Amino acid sequence: MADILFFVFAAVSVGSAFGVVLARSPVGSLLSMVSTLASVAGIYILLEAHFLAAIQVMVYAGAIMVLFLFVIMLLNLGHDYQRDLKGWAASLILFGVTGAMAGVLATRIVGPGGAGELDALANATALDAELMEKGAVGIIAEPLFTRFVVPFEMVGILLLVAIVGALVLAKRRVS
Amino acid sequence: MLTQALVLSAILFAVGTFGVLARRNAIIMFLCIELQLNAVNLALVAFSRAVGIDGQVFVFFVMTVAAAEAAVGLAIIISIFRHYETVNVDAFNLLKW
Repeated sequence: MADILFFVFAAVSVGSAFGVVLARSPVGSLLSMVSTLASVAGIYILLEAHFLAAIQVMVYAGAIMVLFLFVIMLLNLGHDYQRDLKGWAASLILFGVTGAMAGVLATRIVGPGGAGELDALANATALDAELMEKGAVGIIAEPLFTRFVVPFEMVGILLLVAIVGALVLAKRRVS
Repeated sequence: MLTQALVLSAILFAVGTFGVLARRNAIIMFLCIELQLNAVNLALVAFSRAVGIDGQVFVFFVMTVAAAEAAVGLAIIISIFRHYETVNVDAFNLLKW
């Protein structure tokens, strides 16, 4: 059952990822991106990362994509129906290069000595027991507020800087 | 499922790279960068099944940085659009030689 669900989510996410790249209108691209993010959230659930799946839907598919949509609407780009890919020859070459990159990555994962040979089950049972004990939020919160507390605070400051920077960059110049 | 998830992450990353290289609309290029970040997140979550919970904490940080990056990047795009009236990256040639 989990395997079937995984392949459904994988097919949807790859299909809509191509939709992001190939859609004519920016809004269509954005809606494909929402679909990709939602199916990746489904895969997070299959990998027992429930909190991250919720955050993925709320922050990524909700907040960040709405920010993109606001900008597309604000700049009135929704009527731009020309496909702005580079020329056919350049696109084909780039597709070949990135396809070769994916192939190399896949052989490094699947091939002998690759990352796919990591024994996921040995740790997964211990992780599942911890998940049952602490809950989906607690299992992330515990390392986040102990070992990673300094990066956590720095990320807070980074967000503050980003808010101020975005305001300064986007505001109309007062003469 | 670890291997399949990692291969899916590689495919999504390659598609995102293709989008960044082949599209000219700056906003779509940004979306494709988000796609790449998302592929890396998927790889980190998959590895966290084998290595430990730290991968999921990293994903949390990557999401935060992605949100900050989107806010600042879109502000830059808005301010460039005010000047050039377009978001086509071929029009931004001030730093080209």
